[in-house]
Amino acid sequence: MSETETADLEQFRKETRAWLEANCPPEMRKPATADADVFWGGRNAKFSSEPQRIWFERMRDKGWTVPDWPREYGGGGLSPAEHKVLRSEMARIGARPPLSSFGIWMLGPALLKYGNEAQKKEHLPKIAAGLIRWCQGYSEPNAGSDLASLQTRAESDGDDFVITGSKIWTSYANYADWIFCLVRTDPTAKKHDGISFILFDMTSKGVTTKPILLISGYSPFCETFFDGVRVPKSHVVGTVNRGWDVAKYLLQHERAMISGMGERGVGRPLGQIAADSVGSDALGRLDDSMLRGQIATFDVDEAALAACAERAVDLAKAGQAHPAFSSAMKYYGTELNKRRYEILMSAGGVDALEWESERSRQGARPRAWLRTKANSIEGGTSEVMLGIVAKRILDLPGA
Amino acid sequence: MALVLTEEQSMLRDSARGLISDKAPVSHLRSLRDSKDPTGFSKELWHSFAEMGFAGLLVPEEFGGSGLGFMEAGIVMEEIGRTLMPSPFLATSVVAASALNRGGNAAQKSEYLPKVSNGSLLATLAIDEGAKHRPLQTNLQAVRAGNGFKLSGAKALVVDGHVADLFIVAARTAGSAGEREGLTLFLVNPKVKGVSIERTIMVDAHNAARIELANVEVNADSVLGEVDQGAALLDGVLDIGRGAVAAEMVGLSDEVFNRTVEYLKSRKQFGKLIGEFQALQHRAAQLYIDVEITRAATMKALQALDGDVAKAASAVAVAKARAGTTATRAVQEGVQMHGGMGMTDQFDIGFFMKRARVCEELFGDANYHTEQLARARGY
Repeated sequence: MSETETADLEQFRKETRAWLEANCPPEMRKPATADADVFWGGRNAKFSSEPQRIWFERMRDKGWTVPDWPREYGGGGLSPAEHKVLRSEMARIGARPPLSSFGIWMLGPALLKYGNEAQKKEHLPKIAAGLIRWCQGYSEPNAGSDLASLQTRAESDGDDFVITGSKIWTSYANYADWIFCLVRTDPTAKKHDGISFILFDMTSKGVTTKPILLISGYSPFCETFFDGVRVPKSHVVGTVNRGWDVAKYLLQHERAMISGMGERGVGRPLGQIAADSVGSDALGRLDDSMLRGQIATFDVDEAALAACAERAVDLAKAGQAHPAFSSAMKYYGTELNKRRYEILMSAGGVDALEWESERSRQGARPRAWLRTKANSIEGGTSEVMLGIVAKRILDLPGA
Repeated sequence: MALVLTEEQSMLRDSARGLISDKAPVSHLRSLRDSKDPTGFSKELWHSFAEMGFAGLLVPEEFGGSGLGFMEAGIVMEEIGRTLMPSPFLATSVVAASALNRGGNAAQKSEYLPKVSNGSLLATLAIDEGAKHRPLQTNLQAVRAGNGFKLSGAKALVVDGHVADLFIVAARTAGSAGEREGLTLFLVNPKVKGVSIERTIMVDAHNAARIELANVEVNADSVLGEVDQGAALLDGVLDIGRGAVAAEMVGLSDEVFNRTVEYLKSRKQFGKLIGEFQALQHRAAQLYIDVEITRAATMKALQALDGDVAKAASAVAVAKARAGTTATRAVQEGVQMHGGMGMTDQFDIGFFMKRARVCEELFGDANYHTEQLARARGY
C-alpha cells in the first residue's frame, strides 16, 4: 500500500469513527440478545425501538447496510480496505448490524455476479433499503445433503414457468416477501444440469407456508408449498438449467455467514459468565477446574478462528482465496458455536434449565443452545463440508 | 495490516525455502544424527544463512543486521519446520538477538549484535530449571559479590548449549521462586570457571544441553537490562521465541499434512486408493482446517509482536497453544495414516513426530499457554 493510500485510509478511519460516535445510539452498542433486537426489514417490518429505527435509517442513508456494494445499487461503494476499517470501527464500539437479511448475505452477492442489469436494478436497492425480505427455497423433503436431487418442477408455459412442489427448512418463509428458489427445469438432464435459480413473490397465487416447531420451541423454519405458481421466465437468474452454478456460489456466502454466527468477541468473556453462576476460588479462578479448562481451550480456538476469518477476507481481497474455503470455515465455526453453548449450559447449571419464566427470559439460554444444533446441519452438514474440503481443496480421489 | 504475505515476504519465503530444501532436506538431519555430529548443525549452512542476511534478520541495520520483523523471522522458522533443519537460527538469531537488542545497553549491543549478524557468535537463553517451562519459578541464585555477582544453579533444555559462545541466564537476585520481582538476566561466558555443560542428546536429534553454574563470577557489566526487574524483558523475549516456535510448528504440521495427503493418494488397499475412504477423507479435511486456523493465529501473533511486543501476550498464547495441539494431531495422524511405514526409522515421518514433541515443550506447552489465556481473561 502506498503512503497516500495509507494516509487516505487513516483519514477514512478518523471520519468513520467520528460519524459512528455521533450517529450510533447507545442502545445499539449492546449485543443483540433477543429476536426483537435484530431488524430484518421487509414489507411488514416493525422496529422494536426508536433507537433501532434511527440507527437503521442513518446507516441506510449512507449506504452502509451494504457498505461494499456499488452506490448505484444502494450500497456504500467502499473499497475492501475501507470496508475492513468500517467493520473494525463498528466492532470497537460494539455497534449492531443495522439490518440483517438473507438478501444481504446470500442473494445480493449472487445477483451481483449472475444477475442481469434489470434484476440488479430491481432487487438490490430494495435489499439495501430493507424494503423486501427474502427467503431461500433450497432443501426439499427428499433433497437435503443431496441438494441437487431436488424435485420441485418448473414447467414452461409461454412466457412463464409454472412451479409445483415443496421446500422445507425455509427460514422465516412465513415472514418473507420474496423467495429465491431452486427448481427443476429439465427433468431429463443429469441432476446438476437441469436446475434453474428463480425469484418470485411469496404473495403469488399457489404459495403456502407452514411453520415447523423445533426442539427449541421456536419455528424459525417452514415447510413451503407451491401449487402451480406462475412466474415470468425473466425472473430466472443466470442461464436456464445452469442454476446450480448460482446455487453453489450463493452457498459459499451462506456458509461464510453461518460460520460467523457465533457471538465472537462481543459481550462478556465466557469465563466471566461462568464465574457468575459457578463462583470463583480464593485466587479468583473459576471454581470448577475442568470447566475452566474447557472454556480456556474454547477461547484459544475461538481467537484462532477469528484470525482465520480475518485472513480469509484478506486472502479473498488479494485474489489468493480458495473458493471452497468457506466450507472449512463453516465446519469449524458451527462446531465451535455448539461447543460454546454446551459450555454455557454447563456453566448455567440448574439456572440454564428453566424453559418458561421471566427470570430466564423465557428460557433464552436453553432455547439458544438447542438452536445451535442446527448450525452444523443447515447450509450443508459438517460431513458435507468435510467432503467438499477433501474433494475440492485436498483433491482426494473419488470423493 | 492484512494477514497475507507481502511481495517482499513472499520473496523471502522463496529464497529461504530454496536454500533449506536444497541444502537441508530431512536427510540432512538424519545424517547429523547418525554420524553423532559434534556440532549438531552444519557450519557451512550457517555461514550461508549469515551471508543471506538471515543470521542478523532481526538485528538493526546499524549493527550489521537486516532490520526485519518477527513476521519475517516466522517465515524463516516455518521453512525450517518443513525440513527440520537443525540451525542456530532460533536460539541465536531470534531469542538471543531479541534479548540483546531489547535489553542491552549501547556497549553490549555493539559488542554482540554485529557478531550475531555475521554468524560468528552463537548465543542462547538459559531459562528452564524444572521439567516444565515455568519462567517465574526461576531459582538459579545470583548473589552480589564485590562489584558483581556469583551465580549458582542449574538449567535444562538450553538450546545449542554445548556450542554457544554466550549464555543469557535468567537468575534470581531477590525474592523467591514464583515471584515476578527479583529476576535478572545475565550474560555469561560458557568458558569461565564454574560452568559445566552436558550435551543432552534429545529425542529429536536437535541440540540441547544441561548446564550447571557453581559460584560463577560475573561483573556488573554482565547484567542485561535492570537488576531485579528482568521479568518484563524476559516476558517479551520468551513471547518472541514462542511466536517463532509456533511458526516452526506450522511449517512442520503443514509438511506432515502434505506428505500424508500424498500418501493417501498413492497407497492402495482393498483394490483402491486409501484416500477414497471417507473415514480418512474426513480426518484429512479436519487436519487441513486445523492447520489453516493455526497458521492464521500464528501470523496474527507475529503481527502483534511486530506491533508491540508488550501487548502481544494473548495473541502469542493463542498461537503457541494452537500450534502445540495442531502439530501433535498432525504427527499422530501422519504416523497412523502411513500405517506400518510410519513406524519405521527409515521413513521420515517419525522425525517430525519427535521434533513436534520438543517444540511443544519449548517455551511452554499448549496447557501452559491455555492457562495463561485464562488468567489474562480473569477467570
